[in-house]
Amino acid sequence: MNKHTLSVLVENKPGVLARISGLFARRGYNIESLAVGPTEEPDLSRITVQVAVDSQLVLEQIVKQLNKLIEVIKIVELEDGASVGRELMLIKVKADPATRSQIIEIVQLFRGKTVDVHNDSMTIEATGSPDKLEALLEMLKPYGVRELVQSGLVALGRGGRSLADRAKIDKTRPAARLAN
Amino acid sequence: MAEESPQILTGAQALVESLERVGVEVIFGIPGGSILPAYDPLYDSKIRHILVRHEQGAGHAAEGYAQVTGKVGVCMATSGPGATNLVTAIGDAYMDSVPMVAITGQVASRAIGTDAFQEADIRGITFPITKHSFLITDPTEIPHAIVAAFHLASTGRPGPVLVDIAKDALATAAPFTWPTELDLPGYHPITKPHGKQIREAARLIAEAQRPVIYLGGGVNRARAWDQVTELVRLTGIPVVTTLMARGAFPDSHELNLGMPGMHGTVAAVGALQRSDLLITLGARFDDRVTGKLDSFAPDAKVIHADIDPAEISKNRVADVPIVGDLAEVMVELNQVLADTDLPTYAEWVHQVTEWKRRYPTGDTEPVSDGLLSPEYVIKRIGEIAGPEATFVAGVGQHQMWSAHLLPHERPTKFLNSGGAGTMGYCVPAAMGAKVGRPEDVVWGIDGDGCFQMTNQELVTCALEGIPIKIAVINNRSLGMVRQWQTLFYGERYSNTNLKTHLVPDFPKLAEAMGAVGLRAENLEEVDQVINQAMAINDRPVVVEFVVHKDAMVWPMVAAGTSNDEIKIARGLAPQWEEEEL
Repeated sequence: MNKHTLSVLVENKPGVLARISGLFARRGYNIESLAVGPTEEPDLSRITVQVAVDSQLVLEQIVKQLNKLIEVIKIVELEDGASVGRELMLIKVKADPATRSQIIEIVQLFRGKTVDVHNDSMTIEATGSPDKLEALLEMLKPYGVRELVQSGLVALGRGGRSLADRAKIDKTRPAARLAN
Repeated sequence: MAEESPQILTGAQALVESLERVGVEVIFGIPGGSILPAYDPLYDSKIRHILVRHEQGAGHAAEGYAQVTGKVGVCMATSGPGATNLVTAIGDAYMDSVPMVAITGQVASRAIGTDAFQEADIRGITFPITKHSFLITDPTEIPHAIVAAFHLASTGRPGPVLVDIAKDALATAAPFTWPTELDLPGYHPITKPHGKQIREAARLIAEAQRPVIYLGGGVNRARAWDQVTELVRLTGIPVVTTLMARGAFPDSHELNLGMPGMHGTVAAVGALQRSDLLITLGARFDDRVTGKLDSFAPDAKVIHADIDPAEISKNRVADVPIVGDLAEVMVELNQVLADTDLPTYAEWVHQVTEWKRRYPTGDTEPVSDGLLSPEYVIKRIGEIAGPEATFVAGVGQHQMWSAHLLPHERPTKFLNSGGAGTMGYCVPAAMGAKVGRPEDVVWGIDGDGCFQMTNQELVTCALEGIPIKIAVINNRSLGMVRQWQTLFYGERYSNTNLKTHLVPDFPKLAEAMGAVGLRAENLEEVDQVINQAMAINDRPVVVEFVVHKDAMVWPMVAAGTSNDEIKIARGLAPQWEEEEL
């Protein structure tokens, strides 16, 4: 199974996420992670979805099926070298006076932040690529991870152009004509 | 210049006004609480509303109407159970790409999500079986939603679109503004094919030795029949017509090998299996056509033309993908082929037409064990009604016999539920077909199982002056299921005996619904009742044909096996050829 990251520009309308998640469920595609949020344009949202597929043909089918959804405006695959991707992780880790400074050292190494401290625990905020967060987590595990929450991947293509720009080029195609 | 201030209309008036403006002639529906406001302006509208007896009937009738006219079929229902009763028909339209708009009432917007009386999230329920859907809570959005729904339903790959309107949006007055353009930034169906792919297709056609044109239901949606005829004239390549394409190319043409697939003809199945090039036009490599996919047409390259990019390389990888409207694709392909040197494919054509001659379908005795043969009855209906009639089949054995044995000479004269396989499709779809094409004789070929699912629409037909003719091919059982029990479940007939020799009495049932009821039990009566039915034009007619229950649909490829395993009768494989090409 290979992971691919799709950036999907959609109309910001109620039910869009249900349509997309329903499509994945009904056609048996695997979602690895999903992140939805507003974009620079108020009427558009961006969905970043990571999928695991065993062939390029399946990936093509996913893109084609997503494109059939009327509210999907543009889809691009964000390839590793040509994009920047980040996840956010919050980790509540056991920490007593003996281990606290060791943990802080690890967190600093990974450029994370301590966002909450109690007498027997601390909460770490870290962002980065999935690999980096994975490594941080491995380092913290021996101290005892009490709770963990992780966002889906969000990603942008490198370079000056935006996905919305590319979609606008599509908008110059002949508009749907009305019968009367 | 001062702009005229917009008219103030209630949402309900805006809905009816919008439906009139997009050209709706007829709506099949049933009113109820949430949709009630819409029925008030509808009372004064020039749109004909046909009051059906069950919402499923409204949906299938809209499909039948759409399939014969090429226009968008419209059905209407109230919220909750009214809307959920439409679901089967919406699913059916989705599977067969039928242009349809379903309008449903929804509970008032402030009650949505509270489990209010007759509330159902019909938009959520139908997400997977609609091309698109709208939930309208603001009356000013109604005109755009209706225009968009009709545009979406009828362009690109057609399909059903749901417009769910909250009751308060129907009841509230608001300025009525007719949209001048559509706000659908993500919808751009590609109709013009890529020239390079067309040339590549022509090159493969010129190089092929055993090409087959694999024609699907898309040819009907694109109304590309003339272009198909021209393609065959130019190339002389044999054609197979799928269940959804029966009649799109005439059966009387020597190069039409008939229907492929699980119950396909030996010639059609054999030609696909041995082909070296499939020219796939508006077909989708459905499992009922391909059988075991990895053994389907193993030596063939594939040209695949479809308006839906997602169909291409979904089941079978295409060597030459062509996205576009089939009519435009074939105009361009024919132009290129007209200037291409093509082989005659003579040896191949000789072989496939020899299979066709040797293995015709429906070559059965009219009577067996003292009971009528269903194949004979269906054949006679076709012969007497002729190719000008419109035929609508239910689902099961009688559907397969109808696909083989009726006179399929003209496009859109044969309707059936292909993708979904919806028992109960026949009677309401025939009703819709007759409304769309009142000048045609419309014959429904139904089974005793199917008929008992939706026959109440005969009441609608009787009251609304829709004189359809329904043949009930009564074998006292769920025949296709029984056939599988015979072949694969050791003749253990679990729950397939419908006992229709006891009840119901079909002619009496027909009479009770305002139709004429007839029955044929022996050979002499067959032509007699068909002719009697043909002579009645003021009322619906139901003709029961009592047939024997052991008839089986042949040829057959057992589910999950290769098409090479086709049998022409139980345990009997066709003799292909001594000299294979």
